[in-house]
Amino acid sequence: MDIVQDQTAAATVPGASTPAPAGEPAARVVTRDVSVFYGQKQALFDVSIDIPDRSVTSFIGPSGCGKSTFLRCINRMNDTIDGCRVSGIVELDGEDINRPDLDVVELRARVGMVFQKPNPFPKSIYQNVAYGPRIHGMTRNKAELDEIVVTSLKRAGLFEEVKDRLDQPGTGLSGGQQQRLCIARAIATRPEVLLMDEPCSALDPIATAIIEELIDELRENFTIVIVTHSMQQAARVSQKTAFFHLGKLIETGDTEQIFTNPRHEKTQDYITGRFG
Amino acid sequence: MSDAAFGDIDNRSNKELRELVHKNLAGRHRREAIFRTLGIAAIAAALGFVIILFGIMLSKGLPAFWQANVHTEVYFDPDVIKGGPKPVQEAGQSDADYQQKVLAWQRTVTLSNWNNLVEQSVRRLAPDLEVEKRDVLAIITSAARFDLRDMYVNDTSLLGKTIPVALLASADADNWVKGKLPRDLPDERQQLSKGSRDLADRLLTDGSMTFDFAMHIFTNVDSRSAPASAGLAGAFMGSLYMMLVVIVLAVPIGVASAVYLEEFAPKNRWTDLIEVNINNLAAVPSIVFGLLGAAVFINYFGLPRSAPLVGGLVLTLMTLPTIIIATRSSLRAVPPSLRQAALGLGASRTQTVFHHVLPLTFPGILTATIIGVAQALGETAPLLLIGMNAFIANIPSSPLESATALPVQIYLWQGNENRHFFEGRTSAAIIVLLALMIVLNAIAIFLRTRLEKRQ
Repeated sequence: MDIVQDQTAAATVPGASTPAPAGEPAARVVTRDVSVFYGQKQALFDVSIDIPDRSVTSFIGPSGCGKSTFLRCINRMNDTIDGCRVSGIVELDGEDINRPDLDVVELRARVGMVFQKPNPFPKSIYQNVAYGPRIHGMTRNKAELDEIVVTSLKRAGLFEEVKDRLDQPGTGLSGGQQQRLCIARAIATRPEVLLMDEPCSALDPIATAIIEELIDELRENFTIVIVTHSMQQAARVSQKTAFFHLGKLIETGDTEQIFTNPRHEKTQDYITGRFG
Repeated sequence: MSDAAFGDIDNRSNKELRELVHKNLAGRHRREAIFRTLGIAAIAAALGFVIILFGIMLSKGLPAFWQANVHTEVYFDPDVIKGGPKPVQEAGQSDADYQQKVLAWQRTVTLSNWNNLVEQSVRRLAPDLEVEKRDVLAIITSAARFDLRDMYVNDTSLLGKTIPVALLASADADNWVKGKLPRDLPDERQQLSKGSRDLADRLLTDGSMTFDFAMHIFTNVDSRSAPASAGLAGAFMGSLYMMLVVIVLAVPIGVASAVYLEEFAPKNRWTDLIEVNINNLAAVPSIVFGLLGAAVFINYFGLPRSAPLVGGLVLTLMTLPTIIIATRSSLRAVPPSLRQAALGLGASRTQTVFHHVLPLTFPGILTATIIGVAQALGETAPLLLIGMNAFIANIPSSPLESATALPVQIYLWQGNENRHFFEGRTSAAIIVLLALMIVLNAIAIFLRTRLEKRQ
């Protein structure tokens, strides 16, 4: 497939140079010209985007388009990959997160992440949720920690199901429950931004519906960025949508506008199922 | 493939195709059966060899745990035992002075003719048999006189009393009564004189000579002058000290190296080089490590020869690659999603490794450690080069004292000139060594299943 070379891609990014229109929430995460290289290979090309506060932004696009790679730029998880290099600016609340004196450990407490496959620690449900607050020293005593665990589990909609077995291993839960446990674990550190990398791709439709409902509720307190393969999911849960193709951000805008009236031909092709 | 050939297949009816497949089926089943038979045969052969090995070892070694003893009474004859009463510490006498007096007394006691007591006590079992003193003493181990002396030194009230004792038969007598030597060999080829042989037979038939469990194999040290009383205690302690050194050094160093290389080190040419070298190190012949130990630890660092510390250091070097390689492979088996989960929550790399990754590898590390330690426990060649094959008649009380090791003791015993006696002893020592390894492995399996259950 031909690599999109036209400059309209960059031109179509709203807010790249203009401030957010009045009435819309302020941008929490702002990126400018972010490129990612795996060794010699460039995986992401000059992505510039504003992610608004307390709303859900979804990244869509065909496999290998760089949407997960871009997501990992926001909490610097790309640092953990050998030979991966990131250029450009990523700002969280106006603060450059790639600054050398910024502690990545602190950043990841502010930008939580939920992964594609549920990955609870092989420890108890309580320990799973308590781990983040504990390593960051967020609580002064056990009672506070207990409160965080219960609140987080409640917010993740899991508390009622597991309240009698908090000491049981988290790996013993069902797939959907495990993923909600991972969400509870991620929000236990009260992150400002929650990144979700295809959180429902390993789940059945019922578990998916529960998670989607949960995402909608979490929107009130968190800025959520979700990578998804399912366009229906993007349409259901997100307010903003960004379409990636071959490492480039093709188009971004209100979800409704992207799905009903895309400005770019590639977006049109993708959402109508002509490729991908 | 040409179009014609393809067309040919295409033209066949379904029935023809099924028949073709069916015809082929018999051959497929036959090949499967052949492979299974070969597999079973291989396992049977391997098991057969193991059974033969164990059979020989047990049949030779187990009887060695029961040794001939002569049950008799000993009269602590005041005419024979010299030295008088044991000195007592008087008021105003200094400790040093008292110790000197006791030592002098012990020397005199030792100079008594204890062999006379041994001879008398054996003779009283067969007073009618006319044998020379030499013949009587030949059937009792030469260590017996020291046992009697020690009994007296510990309890001087025995003087003038007659008490029952069990005197250990000599190695030659043990061979004779166990029938290890053909009884019809001419006198000049027998180890024992005619008199001794008759006496031993007599004692055996009248029941005063019995085969008792030889506890001293576990409590005594090696002995050349009294082979019947030789034991494994010194070698066992030497091996134990070496294992302690190996566990204390090899496990932390090995695990730390593996964790660093696998979780922290950048992947570049240097780490590749290190990895290749570690793998090569695992294949270096053990005798080379022995030479290294002799050259570096003994010559350069001046550590004592024959010391379990040096042996332990050499074995540590040998065990390290095993532990590093096994630990790395169990680290690699930890799913990356777990690391991502921890890193994504803001755990540092060290926290990720120590809180989440390492606990999952404990069973693997444990297995690697036990395999490494068991390997080290059975290693002989490097120990020969650092002098641990010396004859040591002491139980080492620290890793710096001269000692030998279990496999080296096996090596030494199997080369002993009293072959008929030491063949059994060697097998007995092998049984002890193997039992130790089985215990080690059992502990490992037990711990591993417990650790795995906890997860």
